[in-house]
Amino acid sequence: MFFFYPLWRILEVSLVSPPGGGAGLPGIIAEPVYPRVIWFTAWQAAASTVLTLAAGLPGAYVYARYRFFGKRLLYALTAVPFVLPSVVVASGFKALLGPRGVLNTWAMGAFHMEAPPIRIEHTIWFILLAHVFYNHAVVVRIVGGFWSRLPPSLAQAARTLGASPLKVFTGVTLPLLVPALAAASMLVFTFCFSSFGVILILGGPRFATIEVEIYRQAVHLFDLKTAGVLSLIQIGFALAFLGFYTGLMRRTAHQFSPHPHELSQRPPSSAKDYALLFGNGMVVLALLVAPMAALAFQSVHGPDGLTLDYYRRLFENTTDGLFIVSPLKALVSSVSFASATLVVSLVLGLATAIHLSRDKGVFSRILDPVLMLPLATSAVTLGLGFVVAFDEPPLNLRRSVILVPIAHTLVAYPFVVRSLLPSLRGIPSSLREAAYTLGASPARTFVSVILPIVSRALAVGAVFAFTMSIGEFGATLFVARPANPTMTLAVYRYLSQPGDLNYGCAMAMSTLLMAVTTAGFLFLERVRFTGEGEL
Amino acid sequence: MDLRQRPARVLAATAVIVLCLALAAGCGTRREPASPTLTVMTHDSFKIGDGVIKAFEQENSCKVVLLKAGDAGAALNQALLTKNNPMADVFYGVDNTFMGRALEADLFVPHPSPLLRDIPDDLELDKGYRLLPVDYGDVCLNYDKKWFMKGPLAPPASLEDLLKPAYKDLLVVENPATSSPGLAFLLVTVGTFGEGGYLAFWKALKNNGVLVVSGWEEAYWGQFSAASKGTRPIVVSYATSPAAEVYFSKEKLEAPPTEAVTAPGTTFRQIEFVGVLKGAANPTLAARFVDYMLDRRFQEDIPLNMFVFPSNAKAALPEVFLRYARKAEKPVVIDVHRLEKMREAWIRAWTDTVLR
Repeated sequence: MFFFYPLWRILEVSLVSPPGGGAGLPGIIAEPVYPRVIWFTAWQAAASTVLTLAAGLPGAYVYARYRFFGKRLLYALTAVPFVLPSVVVASGFKALLGPRGVLNTWAMGAFHMEAPPIRIEHTIWFILLAHVFYNHAVVVRIVGGFWSRLPPSLAQAARTLGASPLKVFTGVTLPLLVPALAAASMLVFTFCFSSFGVILILGGPRFATIEVEIYRQAVHLFDLKTAGVLSLIQIGFALAFLGFYTGLMRRTAHQFSPHPHELSQRPPSSAKDYALLFGNGMVVLALLVAPMAALAFQSVHGPDGLTLDYYRRLFENTTDGLFIVSPLKALVSSVSFASATLVVSLVLGLATAIHLSRDKGVFSRILDPVLMLPLATSAVTLGLGFVVAFDEPPLNLRRSVILVPIAHTLVAYPFVVRSLLPSLRGIPSSLREAAYTLGASPARTFVSVILPIVSRALAVGAVFAFTMSIGEFGATLFVARPANPTMTLAVYRYLSQPGDLNYGCAMAMSTLLMAVTTAGFLFLERVRFTGEGEL
Repeated sequence: MDLRQRPARVLAATAVIVLCLALAAGCGTRREPASPTLTVMTHDSFKIGDGVIKAFEQENSCKVVLLKAGDAGAALNQALLTKNNPMADVFYGVDNTFMGRALEADLFVPHPSPLLRDIPDDLELDKGYRLLPVDYGDVCLNYDKKWFMKGPLAPPASLEDLLKPAYKDLLVVENPATSSPGLAFLLVTVGTFGEGGYLAFWKALKNNGVLVVSGWEEAYWGQFSAASKGTRPIVVSYATSPAAEVYFSKEKLEAPPTEAVTAPGTTFRQIEFVGVLKGAANPTLAARFVDYMLDRRFQEDIPLNMFVFPSNAKAALPEVFLRYARKAEKPVVIDVHRLEKMREAWIRAWTDTVLR
């Protein structure tokens, strides 16, 4: 209801009686630009997905099979990129790879080169790199979480029967992993399909996805008709793709006895193990941690050396309106929005996922891909839709703060469902039936059988819900709200005016944002671990 | 019913209850009409001292709610979409590049404020008193002083300078389709070279290595050599940016690291307007707030919050503005209705020339 009604209203307004003129569908088809935009949107999303999978799989394996010191912190860090505003990510990458960034300066000094050797700015590579940066965690979390539930005995049996490690992987492990792989790539694809900030800022003005084009048409040209048609095209493509994917997944789900992950994880022992861990650690470091470290460094680096001034400035409560975003207030509103989103989307997501995993009817076959739509729908369109839709009692929410967590839930909810489904589909019905036979009530069965099994997937979902909300994705940036800025908005606000103090404070605020997110993740993981112990 | 589906249903029911509670809580907080509420809709970059708003609340025993609705374009869009049932009483933040759209859509009611007598006539673009000028700033070229001091090259003095081979690869501009200073700079070229000549200028600029980025943040913090690790010493920004560089400097600079080019025919004056929305719940209070915005107390708080000039000529300017902020000598003027009619065509032609 909070998705389809606003969507319906805004499409109605923009297509039937647009307040401004516009070309309409024939105009769009006639314009040679749009097919190109659509094609670019699709292929960059596909390429990003493949690259992210390639980069994330080793991480997922390590996550699933090994226990080592600092693991939880490392994996909490991998999910942090999600929350960073794209302006900030761009500046992190630039500090590393830009014409005057660390790598280029070093290379020019070391090899006496005239021009910077790495020219990645405003190229497709920068977009792809950023997409991998953002989505790496999706693959690691979803695939890794699922992988840790696979009993190693299957692979061991295959080894005993004489299969080579490669054969075991392609013949046994990979087919078993398909549901999780599909879920992860579906999320990554959808996400990149409607990519906006990354394209706009890192790709430069020569690249445009459908989403960027919608934003341009709706917000800067006021051409709601074109924007509306483009939204429909975007939804259509996404739906076709998602339908195909969900169909594929239904046929590939395997049931197996869930395995407590403690037993399948071991500390590294051989040199090969250490090499693997080290290699994976390097990927994570180079790809994810380095840009973030660059940001943190900038936040303590003033015009003349190291300083904590920017942080001090953040917490100074000047009354002259100079820095009216009190970081503490911003932190509180960010965290409370995130908690609200977390609760609502977990409850809704769990209910939906359970239903989808049991019901094999036509209805849920249609529902499955449709549920992913909020993620694939233009944030601009949806944001404007909210404004048009909720303008009358009993649902006059336009000015309410409630709209923010609702908008967040819309994007968080598909993540929860996707994280849960592979695990839920994997539970053999015999387990439930056994519980019933032993006299357990459905509620009891749910609490003591189902929940413990999916608790890891649930935690994954929770982490994503939290992240989506803290990172302010999608429609929220277009939802009007009373003046209680969140941390993300505070970063934007600092960056909106010149002066090195503003830049420093923006970086300090981003660093705080990263710290809060990491703390949030660690907390969520902790909750899960104790929860599992009790049940 | 299949027993096994029960947990799902229980959960679904819980979800509905949670949602209802959330909604109820939301409605509850809003239903307290102890004192009248005035809602002011604006864009995300609006900023003013807390005390200024509180003073108005006390004088009029009301509550002021600031509703921030995205960037200037998104905010106006929302106002347009909710025309028949407005979300707010007052809308602030329409600028002269978009005011034609707002006026044609008939969003605002006339309010001939007595304070207009203190405001220069050339800022009052709407003679029907529906949109009243609050502040203005000039979009212009800024350059990196240190960069130009090191070499033999002089800072650009005119737009034509930018086409000289010596200025190759030095300029970064914003895309007019996604950025408001970008659009303003496009308008500068349309005004200076005429509709027949601006595309030729841009073609030449493209051949001279102009870099186009999506927005001001990316241009200034990403490419401008004075503010980032970028390599471009000339950027499209505001004539007040040098003042902000001094004011927001950690080491309390004596002189800004940047300077603005304000020569005739190189700048566009962006004027921001406020108006009382048609169908406002509280039109009298709204009109009073508009007057308050144009009065000295509010006006004098504008410069250091938003780094633009107040429209009221009687408002005293802060020291840092007097010393470092620049005003354009002869900004380019384009009629708002012509602008409204041609904006999209100009942007389209620009995109075809520069980006493709």
